[in-house]
Amino acid sequence: MDILYLLVPLSVALVFFILGGLWWAVNRGQFEDIEAEGERILRND
Amino acid sequence: MKFANTEATVYSDTVVRQFAIMTVVWGVVGMLVGVIIAAQLTWPELNFGIPWLSYGRLRPLHTNAVIFAFGGSGLFASAYYVVQRTCHVRLFAEKLAAFTFWGWQVVILAAAISLPLGYTSGKEYAELEWPIDILITLVWVSFAIVFFGTVGTRKVRHIYVANWFFGAFIIAVALLHLVNSAAMPVGLMKSYSAYAGVQDAMVQWWYGHNAVGFFLTAGFLGMMYYFIPKQAERPVYSYRLSIVHFWALIFTYMWAGPHHLHYTALPDWTQSIGMVFSLILLAPSWGGMINGVMTLSGAWHKLRDDPVLRFLIVSLSFYGMSTFEGPMMSIKTVNALSHYTDWTVGHVHSGALGWVGLVTMGTMYYLIPRLFGQKKMYSVKAIEVHFWVATIGIVIYIAAMWIAGVMQGLMWRSVNADGTLTYTFVESVKATFPFYVLRLLGGLLYLGGMLVMLWNTLKTATSGRAVDVQIPAVAAAHA
Repeated sequence: MDILYLLVPLSVALVFFILGGLWWAVNRGQFEDIEAEGERILRND
Repeated sequence: MKFANTEATVYSDTVVRQFAIMTVVWGVVGMLVGVIIAAQLTWPELNFGIPWLSYGRLRPLHTNAVIFAFGGSGLFASAYYVVQRTCHVRLFAEKLAAFTFWGWQVVILAAAISLPLGYTSGKEYAELEWPIDILITLVWVSFAIVFFGTVGTRKVRHIYVANWFFGAFIIAVALLHLVNSAAMPVGLMKSYSAYAGVQDAMVQWWYGHNAVGFFLTAGFLGMMYYFIPKQAERPVYSYRLSIVHFWALIFTYMWAGPHHLHYTALPDWTQSIGMVFSLILLAPSWGGMINGVMTLSGAWHKLRDDPVLRFLIVSLSFYGMSTFEGPMMSIKTVNALSHYTDWTVGHVHSGALGWVGLVTMGTMYYLIPRLFGQKKMYSVKAIEVHFWVATIGIVIYIAAMWIAGVMQGLMWRSVNADGTLTYTFVESVKATFPFYVLRLLGGLLYLGGMLVMLWNTLKTATSGRAVDVQIPAVAAAHA
């Protein structure tokens, strides 16, 4: 199962990439007052 | 920073219109090929002895047409529409967006020609040969630049949840395509996979199931999170849950693939990992499904007279059903019965016809009138007809495949007291015949609904005209 030497590190890298995305979103205040964000798309576009 | 798209006052909808129309056209084509091969399975004489029309060549044409041509065009259309509407900005790099449309159509045409001619890499859902794979890569990178460029130049601070789903879908599909399609070309239309034997199988199903997860799930969930609230005129039931749904789904998805390889040369422990991750997926899937359906909480009456909303909500109930059935089928003991039977085919189609098909149709019924300056489709009655014909078709299809699948599984495993098999394989084929006829009937109904949609779409488009939609002025607080 040599292929796992490719797929497992790839998954680990991906998890760090996703964590990075989550960290970015939290720190940029993407999740503050979030219920209001759900309503905004109904108001105007 | 100044970009051409941030100065614009109207949305860029030409490419959305093009993709929306082609979604309907490719839907008809893909489903027609599906009906043809369903008839060939029932009456093999329909192969006519012509290699280009044989089941083995038309089957990948059917899957590619419905997944990548119909589903793909629907995803391009809705991603381009939603990202502009939720970011209050015109598409970034519009010429590149136009390239994604024409490039994607060329990919589809190349598939429609090369697959019947017998050119295939032999990888399920990734059959196309290397020159076409390179074009797919170019189109996909352009898609990513347009999408993320638009998000990056947005005028609304918050990135709406649908965009996260579309973004994950774009990135994951790029990665899956690059890893799985790695191959050594030996001619213009012939290549050998970079992997061999069970390694190749593992990569193939790592790709295959994540294509289900990110192409057929994450992308369409992006559609769901925008178009259900818009059509119901209510915010999503819990926006907080939608955020949790997104992160939970993408963190846990990647390792479900090995469940396609139960009881094969793949090591046992890898199979078990695939099964465990498949079971875990039930939680985020149902969280999202309930969140979408509960958006109607307090407004259930809307289902009674709005067929578009019915398409969207019923698609979610099929999503819930197939994301329950999938984890169950990944359990090794259940899989011992279901594997290689038509139960798998039924499962795939409850996801494909029920979830992906219905949510795309609902979305197109929302989009098409708006893209042609109309309030609603040319005929609402026809949407109603389409909904019922399609739903009945799906139910007939999957019920026939459930019965056929369980019957085949039981027949194949049945042994006599002396250890010999009770049934020959061909006896199970004979016993399946009536269910193949029923499946064909279900498919015909579904195709019939799609033809009604095509007529309704053409009528709506020709009685309206392409309009430019103003981008609303940005509220200061969100600038």
